[in-house]
Amino acid sequence: MARNIDQDLSRFRNIVRGKVRESLKKYVNHGEMLGRKGKNVVSIPVPSINIPRFQHGPAGSGGVGSGDGEEGQPVGKGGQQQGDGTGAAGSEPGDGHFREVEVTLEELAEMLGEELELPNIEPKGTDSVQSQKDKYSTISQNGPESLRHFKRTYKRALKRSIASNEYRPEKPIIIPGKEDFQYRSWKSIPMPQSNAAVIYIMDVSGSMMDEQKEIVRTEAFWLDTWLRSQYDGVQTRYICHDAAAKIVDEETFFHTRESGGTKISSAYRVCRDLIQREFPPSEWNIYCFQFSDGDNWGEDNNECISILVEDIMVHCNLYCYGQVESPYGSGDFIRELRKLTEENENLVLSEIPNKDAIYESIRKFLGKGK
Amino acid sequence: MAISINRALPEHIADIQEVMERQARKEGLDFFQTNFEYVDYEELSMFAAYTGFPVRYPHWRFGAQYDELMKGYSYGLQKIYEMVINTDPCYAYLLNTNESCDQKLVIAHVYGHCDFFKNNAWFAPTNRKMLDQMANHAARISRYIDRYGHETVEEFIDACLSLEDLIDPHLPHVKRHDDPGPVESSFESKPDKEKDDRGRGRFPSKGYMDQFINPPDVLQKQAEDKHKEQVEKAAARSFPDRPERDVLLFLLQHAQLSPWQHDILSIIRDEAYYFAPQGQTKIMNEGWASYWHSTIMTTYGLNDSELICYADHHSGTMAMTPQRLNPYKIGIELFRDIEERWNKGQFGPEWDACDDMREKEHWNKHTGLGREKIFEVRKIHNDVTFIDTFLTPEFCQKNKMFMFAYNEANDYYEIASREFYKVKEQLLDSLTNHSRPVIRVVDGNYKNRGELFLVHQFQGMPLKLAEARDTLTSLCKLWGRPVHIETTVDDKSTILSFDGKSHDLKTAAAA
Repeated sequence: MARNIDQDLSRFRNIVRGKVRESLKKYVNHGEMLGRKGKNVVSIPVPSINIPRFQHGPAGSGGVGSGDGEEGQPVGKGGQQQGDGTGAAGSEPGDGHFREVEVTLEELAEMLGEELELPNIEPKGTDSVQSQKDKYSTISQNGPESLRHFKRTYKRALKRSIASNEYRPEKPIIIPGKEDFQYRSWKSIPMPQSNAAVIYIMDVSGSMMDEQKEIVRTEAFWLDTWLRSQYDGVQTRYICHDAAAKIVDEETFFHTRESGGTKISSAYRVCRDLIQREFPPSEWNIYCFQFSDGDNWGEDNNECISILVEDIMVHCNLYCYGQVESPYGSGDFIRELRKLTEENENLVLSEIPNKDAIYESIRKFLGKGK
Repeated sequence: MAISINRALPEHIADIQEVMERQARKEGLDFFQTNFEYVDYEELSMFAAYTGFPVRYPHWRFGAQYDELMKGYSYGLQKIYEMVINTDPCYAYLLNTNESCDQKLVIAHVYGHCDFFKNNAWFAPTNRKMLDQMANHAARISRYIDRYGHETVEEFIDACLSLEDLIDPHLPHVKRHDDPGPVESSFESKPDKEKDDRGRGRFPSKGYMDQFINPPDVLQKQAEDKHKEQVEKAAARSFPDRPERDVLLFLLQHAQLSPWQHDILSIIRDEAYYFAPQGQTKIMNEGWASYWHSTIMTTYGLNDSELICYADHHSGTMAMTPQRLNPYKIGIELFRDIEERWNKGQFGPEWDACDDMREKEHWNKHTGLGREKIFEVRKIHNDVTFIDTFLTPEFCQKNKMFMFAYNEANDYYEIASREFYKVKEQLLDSLTNHSRPVIRVVDGNYKNRGELFLVHQFQGMPLKLAEARDTLTSLCKLWGRPVHIETTVDDKSTILSFDGKSHDLKTAAAA
């Protein structure tokens, strides 16, 4: 039944989404605002649509409460709903203030997708069959008559009548009873999914400061959110490197701080081995996101490029390199990579001078739709 | 379209309802016929979002409210048990998943509300056929949406809602002496008024006493003053004569609106006046309904198996948090307090004069007027007068009431005082005009340029400036010419202006 409230609700949602759209940039920049609660839900405080009114501000306001407590004891923080006291009429629609709008990660990714105008990433290869498939391969005692298995039903009825000594060869009439009926039935067979592996590579050498890591963290969160919404079973791997590289867990990836020289080739080698070992490119969509301040040990560059082109990029749907601006980095590496962009369509480069640029960077990375 | 399912009460609930109704009448409650509908949570949320009415005009804020209620329910954060609206007959919605003890409680509670709606003086002027009226409004606005487009109409509604508070909540109850009637233009009503003016200032008297009772020189002076005033006013060409609380009315009368805009604004104003008494009597209304569900349930309604469930839900409803005074709790406790005081004769000059605390404690004259008194109170009071008249220091102390204030230094609200007068003052403050600012139209022809000038009556609380600016934008949309509001910022008189393009803030040199 079409109800008027559904129209109002979708109207509201559209407005809110519009709002989220406009201020999406803001959210992306404050990644820490978005906590993963439980498994799948994030709670973002989105201001409800607030019709402006002439209203009193917090200064000089107050209210009446009840309970124990000394004078001077705080009863609540400023800036939140407060002091409406007993005035508001319960039957009136709630008046503004802030309220939490629960948005699931799926919804959020959808919004992100709408906003970024990302084309959906296509399933890859021959193995990427959609989800579950039903096969009529079993037999059940129940079912619709259209699926009745005549042969089996007859056999059972025959067996039963012989066993119970009712069968007369001279008058071979078989009457199947209820228990004799057999039906064709199906089994759901899980088919291989289109899988995606996301490999994040971060430079943690001495030149990467906390601010740079924050940028990486925020960007990785959104990339992750988006990719998870597109694929079942996204596998994420994190590689940290300075002069040497290692595979680490998420926690370490975002928090570790080393200080050493920089040898990007070390990370590439680890990445190459990882792909070979865990993610055969015929079955996996592979996405690599590398973040660095672009300050590499000069002699290392040639080796980097050769591993990257020959062993990594050929297997990747997309290889993204984000260069974070750092006060210490020379930023040479992106120049080296630029030379490769003409021949390698799946290489995307982006410079991220500050937090505000994260949004553009994500657009650039995922806008290719590879 | 919205109401096509059978929502009649199932038999066992209908039985409960019948018993409760009989009981409520026996207790002296007096209500319009009350129709109960049995709904699931989705429907209840829908009705609640529509403030109880099955049909409202299309607007996103109902969707927002619905969304919030549904989410709150599905995450197990909140639940509405019932909803009742002030109409004749009354309509009440019961949630079909309530346990039977809840249904009893809720039905008894609903009868309390229905009695209050029917008998409280502040509800007297409300339109009891609002169900039809709301549907009417919905049809009209839907028609405008079809004709002028969703976007256009919704934007205009939003602008009107932004000013929705700016009504004169006492207008339905008093006759303002120069009330020109709803939408009469001021231009036509002028000659009448002048005729009236000639008689003004004259007292009725017998012929021979006339020159003593109405001394000619005084009359002449009055006439001169009047004339001077009129000349001044003509020179200033300002209107209205007196500051106008009902800003929406003023806009209806004087703003340059197209007919559909005029109609929508009048709809918003209509509904604002309809809902105003519910805001004015929140504590009393909930207190009264709670008083009755508690009385009926504990004296007749409950059976043994329901006791725990009832106690749990009753106390849940009555729970207080430090930051928020629960109107249910304060209401029910005050009604009980009044009943006890009038039962024991703890009122009147003799009581007031008594200084002996011990004597006061054991004061009992067996007057037995409690019931009668609370029925009288529910008839004539609103929240402000209710608190003003019946809140006592003993009550405050018993209920551990305190006032809190905002501390700018640490951005916290802190307990400021437990002193009775301060608590009471703060409470009354927050109830007066919904703790919304009092704003009046002072001049509709400001600077003789057709600009609108409002004044915020400063009562110690400054306006939120950013919001005030946005509201001015809405106002300008309706008025069509620059708009101004005078308020107080940092203890200085300040004028906020919006000329349709940019905002301006002028602080008076010496305030």
